[in-house]
Amino acid sequence: MKVLMRGNEAMAEAAIRAGCRCYFCYPITPQGELVEYMARHLPRRGGVFLQAESEVAAINMVYGAAAAGVRTMTSSSSPGISLKMEGISYLAGARLPAVIVNVMRAGPGLGNIAPAQGDYFQATKGGGHGDYRLIVLAPSTVQEAAELVMLAFDLSDRYRVPAMILADGMLGQMMEPVELPEPIPLERIPPKPWALSGAKGRDPNVASSFDLDPHRFREILRALWDVYREIERNEVRWEEYETEDAELVLVAYGTMGRICKTVVRRARKEGLRVGLFRPITLWPFPSEPLRKLASRVPVFLTVELSAGQMWEDVRLSVEGRAKTPFYGELGGVVPTPDEILSEVKKHVGG
Amino acid sequence: MSVVKTEVPAGFVPVYTRPKSLSEKRFTYCPGCHHGIITRLVAEVIDELGIQERTVGVAPVGCAVFLYEFFRCDFAQAAHGRACAVATGIKRANPDLIVFTYQGDGDLAAIGTAETVHAANRGENITVIFVNNQIYGMTGGEMAPTTLPGMRTVTTPEGRDVRLTGYPLKMSEMLAQLDGPAYITRQAVFDVRHVQMTKKAILKAFRNQLEGKGFSLVEVVASCPTNLRITPAEGNRWVREQALKYFPLGDLKVRD
Amino acid sequence: MEIGVIFAGFGGQGILLAGKVLAQAAMERGFEVTWLPSYGPEMRGGTANCTVVVADEPVGSPIVDRPQVLVAMNGPSLERFGPRVAPGGVIIFNSSLVAAPPNRRDVRILPLPMNEIAQELGEARAANMVGLGAVVKVLGLFPLEAVTEAMAKELGARGRERLLAVNRQALLRGFSLA
Repeated sequence: MKVLMRGNEAMAEAAIRAGCRCYFCYPITPQGELVEYMARHLPRRGGVFLQAESEVAAINMVYGAAAAGVRTMTSSSSPGISLKMEGISYLAGARLPAVIVNVMRAGPGLGNIAPAQGDYFQATKGGGHGDYRLIVLAPSTVQEAAELVMLAFDLSDRYRVPAMILADGMLGQMMEPVELPEPIPLERIPPKPWALSGAKGRDPNVASSFDLDPHRFREILRALWDVYREIERNEVRWEEYETEDAELVLVAYGTMGRICKTVVRRARKEGLRVGLFRPITLWPFPSEPLRKLASRVPVFLTVELSAGQMWEDVRLSVEGRAKTPFYGELGGVVPTPDEILSEVKKHVGG
Repeated sequence: MSVVKTEVPAGFVPVYTRPKSLSEKRFTYCPGCHHGIITRLVAEVIDELGIQERTVGVAPVGCAVFLYEFFRCDFAQAAHGRACAVATGIKRANPDLIVFTYQGDGDLAAIGTAETVHAANRGENITVIFVNNQIYGMTGGEMAPTTLPGMRTVTTPEGRDVRLTGYPLKMSEMLAQLDGPAYITRQAVFDVRHVQMTKKAILKAFRNQLEGKGFSLVEVVASCPTNLRITPAEGNRWVREQALKYFPLGDLKVRD
Repeated sequence: MEIGVIFAGFGGQGILLAGKVLAQAAMERGFEVTWLPSYGPEMRGGTANCTVVVADEPVGSPIVDRPQVLVAMNGPSLERFGPRVAPGGVIIFNSSLVAAPPNRRDVRILPLPMNEIAQELGEARAANMVGLGAVVKVLGLFPLEAVTEAMAKELGARGRERLLAVNRQALLRGFSLA
């Protein structure tokens, strides 16, 4: 049965259905509905909702709950995610699974609460200190937001790597029909023998990212990067739309991805052979499929609600095989389909 | 990390042994540092309460950073100052566990002030051991929030000037004002009698958690002879004659 | 087919609710739909608007640069969104609060005294439903009862019997005047 839900609410409900038992938060716009939904629903369904004193505290509570072996999540928007970055680095270093939702708004600084995509670098290239990666999933519809939240919990548990949902204010605020995924029974979640559950009949478990011996720490990180390589091999996700005969392919994710779908439709109506490549995993970035496409598509126009962040990954993937222009908006301004279409026309059909 | 092997020679009867909940790893604390005594007291209490198999510790950043090596308990290593938030997460996720943090003054009373105050205010059912030695030990003897007026540290080479850097932070007095905590006490370990009193306080702080009474904090005024550049004996005297002037001992809040 | 509808007016006029009810009705009748509100301080500052897209294939952009239908419940909304309505589209405006009709010849212009009608029905807050009723007629995608059902569902526990009845009346008045 389809229900009409806001993106923020659908992500909250999906988290509960994924077996999230502990949710820690600090209020910030434009993800307030996620917090409110959790406050109303999670305790009634046997989970823990706690409004922390800060984003810093919230992410460290996530660290504790993750170490104790339960599925746990926090959510915020850009400035709050900056504060969480220390904790996220520690989660990555201690190999603790957790889900972090970032409903992006415009920055830097206090910026504003309009939708933006300026946190791509922060999410995919580190953000916190040290050599780590997050699994980064970018939904473009409310339906996909619900599904990717559930996937985020699964992937995070499977690889013991924190996962981030990179959404934006528009997706968080908008309502769309959604078919909610079935809840996962708690007993179906695989056991976590590494969890801090009390050292009874076994050696103590330790959740830590600390090792003073560089050689030993190097081996820990090498093992971690082996896991990252495995994720890169197995978990790349993307969508292609009308790319078969395309002379120009738009590359866009999340909200921009769906807006570019409208651009493709309008362009096709005008006889322009335009397609869309929409990364769903931002890390691992779908470099290989994009590279393959670059052997026959001459132009890739990256469109972002930023000054050009994913654009760097597009260029690294295409490796000079095609032209890679960029079109973006700043400050929370969302370009209209027609504005993007005029940009498209600069590169095709002439 | 080196290991201590204790062998009992033939004909001897052991009367003072390593607590069961301590591992065989040698402490990394300096000679004369009070951390060694306090860490051991925590282990003795865990043994006496028979809770080793359900206790989870949270290690700080500071001189006790290796705490998880010393204990035979599950442990989380927290980011600097965040131990009370991490402990909150563990305890809320699994209330059957006995969760304690062990933090220094920089960790608990400077960078982690907010996490400490709010965990206390929520009355989180956890146990906090707060070692106040008035200095940043691990990083090389910088001024701590609890450094005494006039006290020389590497970042107050002329002595702490209260007009520039404020006064020693009385964390326990602050926390005792809150409605949330069940037990706030200040103890010391500079002589045998006070070691015994500190142990009693730690025992109470853990018992409170077992009985669901809520947030309990034991502050221990300690000495750091290495960074004060004094002998261990002088360190004991320093605590008794200098530190206690600013940090008087005793219970600050007891809720029964 | 992809139709964009913008509802706009003062905060408190039930702008977001009207859009939600339309979206809910369209969904129940098997259409693809998105509802996008203005949010944050702007909302508290006294103006509100929302965009509903109804389509027969998955909706691309939830932002509409050229709406086919505008419901402007006050003057500032008409000034702001009126010029953006697509040629051939419809502007429904609240003639109770707007003196001058929009100066466009390429769209259908439909003045409705929403406040007066609502007051006649004895419930000033039902003005938004007058506008919504007109939208349903203009769209011609589904019968009015789809919207009355959705309205009852949306008001849910809030919907006392009298309020539901008044809203039903308001929808009907808007529908028949369009």
